[in-house]
Amino acid sequence: MKKGLSKTSLNQLITYGIVIAAYIILQALRSAGMMTSHLAGLLVPMTYYAIAAVALNFCVGILGELSLGHAGFMCVGAFSSAIFSNVFKETLPGGLRFFLAFVIGIAVAALFGFLIGIPVLRLKGDYLAIVTLAFGEIIKNVLNAVYLGKDSKGFHVSMTNSMALGMEEDGKVIINGAMGINGTPRDANFTIAVIVLLIVLFIVQNMINSRDGRAIMAIRDNRIAAESVGINITRYKMLAFTISAAMAGAAGVLFSHNISTLQSTSQYFGYNVSILILVYVVLGGIGSIRGSVIAACILYLLPEMLRSLNKYRMLIYAIVLIAMMIINWAPAAREMRERFFAKFRKEAV
Amino acid sequence: MKKFKTIVSVTMAAAMSMALLTGCGGSSAPAAPAASAPAEAKEEAAKEEAPAASSDATFKIGMIGPLTGGAAAYGQAVQWAAEIAVDEINANGGINGYQVELKCEDDELDAQKSVNAYNTLKDWGMQFLNGSVTSACSIAVSEETKIDNMFQITPSGSAQDCTNYDNVFRVCFSDPAQGTASAQYIGQNKVASTVGIIYDSSDVYSSGIMENFVKEAANQDFEIVSSEAFTADSKTDFSVQLQKAKDAGAELVFLPIYYTEASLILQQADAMGYDPIFFGCDGMDGILTVENFDTSLAEGLMLLTPFSADAEDELTQNFVKTFQEKNSIVPNQFGADSYDAVYAIKAACEKANITPDMSVSDICEAMKTAMTEITVDGLTSVGMTWEASGEPTKTPKAVIIENGAYVTAE
Repeated sequence: MKKGLSKTSLNQLITYGIVIAAYIILQALRSAGMMTSHLAGLLVPMTYYAIAAVALNFCVGILGELSLGHAGFMCVGAFSSAIFSNVFKETLPGGLRFFLAFVIGIAVAALFGFLIGIPVLRLKGDYLAIVTLAFGEIIKNVLNAVYLGKDSKGFHVSMTNSMALGMEEDGKVIINGAMGINGTPRDANFTIAVIVLLIVLFIVQNMINSRDGRAIMAIRDNRIAAESVGINITRYKMLAFTISAAMAGAAGVLFSHNISTLQSTSQYFGYNVSILILVYVVLGGIGSIRGSVIAACILYLLPEMLRSLNKYRMLIYAIVLIAMMIINWAPAAREMRERFFAKFRKEAV
Repeated sequence: MKKFKTIVSVTMAAAMSMALLTGCGGSSAPAAPAASAPAEAKEEAAKEEAPAASSDATFKIGMIGPLTGGAAAYGQAVQWAAEIAVDEINANGGINGYQVELKCEDDELDAQKSVNAYNTLKDWGMQFLNGSVTSACSIAVSEETKIDNMFQITPSGSAQDCTNYDNVFRVCFSDPAQGTASAQYIGQNKVASTVGIIYDSSDVYSSGIMENFVKEAANQDFEIVSSEAFTADSKTDFSVQLQKAKDAGAELVFLPIYYTEASLILQQADAMGYDPIFFGCDGMDGILTVENFDTSLAEGLMLLTPFSADAEDELTQNFVKTFQEKNSIVPNQFGADSYDAVYAIKAACEKANITPDMSVSDICEAMKTAMTEITVDGLTSVGMTWEASGEPTKTPKAVIIENGAYVTAE
């Protein structure tokens, strides 16, 4: 502990420690029967939003490119994995099927991230924000119009309606247009979600402290300087953005396997959700991975915990957002906070 | 600075876990007795004991729906109507002598939040669920009620998958039933020989009806000449869809959509001088209340609906009067479904002699059989019965708008 651990690795360990401690406390509460079923139901969504926030923070805070389409990547990951799970619902055992669903969801989200990155990441400026915003909306509308069915002859696809699939009697409609996918097996649980979160944290934190990560941050800080020392700008941007999209896809896989209905409507995958994830990132601190996790958890739980206030809860939620922003980032508030903590620190020593 | 950041994040983490803990502590207290009470009570399941003896026990009905956001009109109608029904029941001595409590939770039209709301209600000690209001939310919640064996009746979840499990019943017509009934009505009464359809492809309700309408149309003596879709993002200009129906020579335009869009379609059809018969489903109910809508355009509009606020019977008139006094709007079909749902729960409880001290699962088992044995004269139909599959049997009423009022069609 004395010299073996650098400050950064200590910092990393604190993040893992917080997640693991929270997990142990919550699991202990649950097994002791102290947890309400309301809170127990919130654990998985809370974790996948934390994963999405870490993914977006990697894109916004480390790469320095604004993305407004992370809900779109979640959507792609959710749908591709849910299609897979529905097709192999009877033929594959649960554990293996869910693992493969993860592989597929992550791969498809990464592929879309890569394809979007090709034209956009060569450019300077906020083009990524515009294109990802459009991507999120397009993918949502396309999935709303797709009908996919499977019978003994194989897959049938249609863009008009489910009758146009022309399936045999035993055929099963998998994506039913606007009605989405129903009956996805509920494979996700809190333990798996936390493991995924830890893996995502491990990847991001190690990436930041690697050679590639330093190159990515150099691009963020000064593009010209980075270019002058021979960093391949487009390559590193693509790398970071694809990883970010893949992690958002993982969050989508958890999303679709935690609830049996999946529809690509705007309350799940619209740009509002992308902005909600961005709110988690901004309030948690851009570039602070741990901050994203904590902010996502608090801000997801808050409106649910305020349920007793009925219709005032959304009002209070908005006030809390503003208060959090001021306390975290207003110069006067920061100064005050620093003075307070300085005193606290002296006493502690 | 680094150290400061560490301190801040540790404090925030501490705050988070505190929030979690208080979240548990606060609500676990009432949840614990609710979970253990039925188990103890079952032992002494006082069969001979007079129901009124333990007057402190109450039935707990939960309701889930979108109370905020774009679909709040539906959720609120269900909430308000359920409140009226519960107040009436309590004023008349409750169910089997026990008073009824109602608790409503918001789901913001989000399936995940609907499940969260369900869990909240479960912690409260809910025994019957009147919800969720919308189809997708109802399907998601039914996965949970199945596991807990909780009795669920959805007032307005019309998608076919809503009643996949035997513990789930519904009050409204299913989408297939509405589509099929509409096609049969048009075919059997020879309303028209060529039909055009305009539907919302991004809406489950609308596309569900459309699909089954088209399926049934194959067996009927009319032809579908155009079928045009719009989506939630483009629901202001319908001239293209109307023009296609007009060019194809449709005598009747079938509108399986909600009344807000339908009112625009009627206006735009009038502006382009196209005057077919318009035919709608229960979502069309309410078109006469649209603000700034020239109701003369709705003359001759036919709709297949189980409920109209202008019906002459006493039950409807009283309900509409109370609803208007409390909320100063005219109730729609969602409210009527919810009112009937609460009375269906009451009727089944009385049939099976259910008492609040029974466990949730026992109540559900008793309700499953009782629901198939009861007949409810409600707002949405007289003599409603239920099948074990959860589907209601009731007759759709075809009404036609004449002189600004709904009149039962022949």
